[in-house]
Amino acid sequence: MTHTQTPLVELRDISISFGGIRAVDHVSLDLYPGEVVGLLGHNGAGKSTLIKILSGAYQRDGGEIWIDGKKAEISSPRDARDYNIETIYQTLALADNLDAPSNLFLGRELTNGIGFVDDARMESETRKIMARLNPNFKKLKEPVSALSGGQRQSVAIARAVYFNARILIMDEPTAALGVHETQMVADLIQELKKQGLGIFLISHDTREMMELCDRVSVMKNGQLVGTERVEDVTEDDILSMIIMGKKPDAAAAH
Amino acid sequence: MTDNTANTPAATTPQRTTGPFSRFIQATELDTRLLGMIGALALIWVGFHLYGQLAHGFGAFLTPRNLWNLSVQTASIGIMATGMVLVIVTRHIDLSVGSVLGFCAMIMGVTQVYILPQLIGLGHPMLWILAICSGLLVGTLVGALHGFLIAYGKIPAFIVTLGGLLVWRGAAFLVARGETISPVDPTFALLGGGPYGAIGATGSWIIGAIGCTAVLGMMWLGRKRRRGFGFPMRPLWAETFLAIAGCGAVIGAVLLVNAYYWPKGIVKRHVAETGIAMPEGGLFISHGFAIPVLILVAVAILMTILMSRTRFGRYVYAIGGNPEAAELAGINTRWMTVKIFALMGFLTGLSAVVASARLGSATNSLGTLDELYVIAAAVIGGTSLAGGVGTIYGAVLGAFVMQSLQTGMVLIGFDAAIQQVVVGSVLVFAVFLDILYRRNSK
Repeated sequence: MTHTQTPLVELRDISISFGGIRAVDHVSLDLYPGEVVGLLGHNGAGKSTLIKILSGAYQRDGGEIWIDGKKAEISSPRDARDYNIETIYQTLALADNLDAPSNLFLGRELTNGIGFVDDARMESETRKIMARLNPNFKKLKEPVSALSGGQRQSVAIARAVYFNARILIMDEPTAALGVHETQMVADLIQELKKQGLGIFLISHDTREMMELCDRVSVMKNGQLVGTERVEDVTEDDILSMIIMGKKPDAAAAH
Repeated sequence: MTDNTANTPAATTPQRTTGPFSRFIQATELDTRLLGMIGALALIWVGFHLYGQLAHGFGAFLTPRNLWNLSVQTASIGIMATGMVLVIVTRHIDLSVGSVLGFCAMIMGVTQVYILPQLIGLGHPMLWILAICSGLLVGTLVGALHGFLIAYGKIPAFIVTLGGLLVWRGAAFLVARGETISPVDPTFALLGGGPYGAIGATGSWIIGAIGCTAVLGMMWLGRKRRRGFGFPMRPLWAETFLAIAGCGAVIGAVLLVNAYYWPKGIVKRHVAETGIAMPEGGLFISHGFAIPVLILVAVAILMTILMSRTRFGRYVYAIGGNPEAAELAGINTRWMTVKIFALMGFLTGLSAVVASARLGSATNSLGTLDELYVIAAAVIGGTSLAGGVGTIYGAVLGAFVMQSLQTGMVLIGFDAAIQQVVVGSVLVFAVFLDILYRRNSK
């Protein structure tokens, strides 16, 4: 399939260095509405760093971010949110001492007429979104440190879904999950895709990526090895891209 | 009381069969920590009283006079402890509060004794207000400077405030070359307590009535909101118990402070000054709540609202729980640090008002070692040094515990060296208990 519409996100020539090491080296990626793009690569390949530039956690040294065909300035997590970019971090980025509603609304608390946080309304909203995402979720009043890995993941996902993300970044969303919960996340990705969200997915699990993604981009040592549509390549092609840092046609040329 | 009301239909909702105590805790939603601290406080009070009774034939602790004085002495430490909660919750520490208190007191002393009388004249009605403003402003600025160095200079709070401990004590000396500055403005002096710095019997009853109304009103509002959202509600007997306990505590406090009468000498002077006739059998004038205690109560209420009802408070806890997550959630954690330390400085300035007003003068040694009592109060009150956990009411109760120990040991005649040994040991022991409590509640 070829895209005729404007991409939701275009990362053009993005670079960032930490203390002389180029963590991301002139990488360009794009993402269309209703598409899932997977990012693959070894630990330290620069996937999470690249994604943190889009989510505002890191400031890029070079390159441009375009959203809906317009140049975007993202210099803080708040800016990213203004562009409806939501991120589910690998570490989940939850404040363990706070309960699920406080985490879901962290930084965007619902307030009442006189500016006080409205805990009751946040709890009731959390109840509603959780009924949709994870009906077994009942521990709304306990600190999230008391929750299981899957439940914590639900809180992190609910946070992204509740605020009507258009661009969703998921960094290892299934790493800490059991079989049942992994399936739940896969179903959710399909549902969000249908709603027209664009999703960047980071994972180590190549098979899972082949199932969930429309396209995969492979990174190695901060550089983009290549971007391929999943129907054009085999799992082995992807693996050789990750390990050798070469495109499959080059590797498949025998 | 709970036993005979537990049989009402409201309480027969299906619950797991647990002991009466845990059922009671569950229904009232009371914090077990809070109960533990009140229990510890009661134990300290009764213990000192009985010791006095046995050793000296007179238990001086549980008397209106001693408890009234205890409340006044707690005010200064208590006010600062509420701010220290925020500092410690965000994984920082402030070792400089005692020195900053001394510095603010000296600034206020110089302002009201040397500077303002020349500008607006001695005894000007605005004099005490301007003096207080100068102290609060200086405290806030010093705190903000600390916060700025910590947040933007990335210097650890321990170092910044350890430096501050020396810097501001030295600065307090330099303000007036070590002189003691007195007398303070008479209106200013009322803020430190004493017979004139208390609001009397009628005023105390008015405060008591407001307190009871607030307790009942909050419970009613809470119930209404829970019903509105369909959340589970406390059984009626638990609500009744909480209402009686809350109002009982308020009324008990009013009765206590009204049972402490002015000393005879001051009554005589008062009679002579006002020219009223001395009734037969003597004139009994109640102290009522002392003004510094009311300041502490007001600070505690405002700080509790700040911490539990505002975004600022929510962010303080979030930063303490996971600074990285707070940052990723779009919270400006550095600016928050500046604000938190500025608030700590403001409260230190307020404590300086209370402390120097109580003394009736400003000395450059005022507040020495206060930082340790303030940190101890916050920690005994359940503020975790690992961050993320702590309450305002806990810190205020912690301040009461520290002050009770101090006062009690003075009353039974322990000398200063033993006092230090005991206070230091209690701090370490309290933290150990806290660690045990948290381990078991996980």
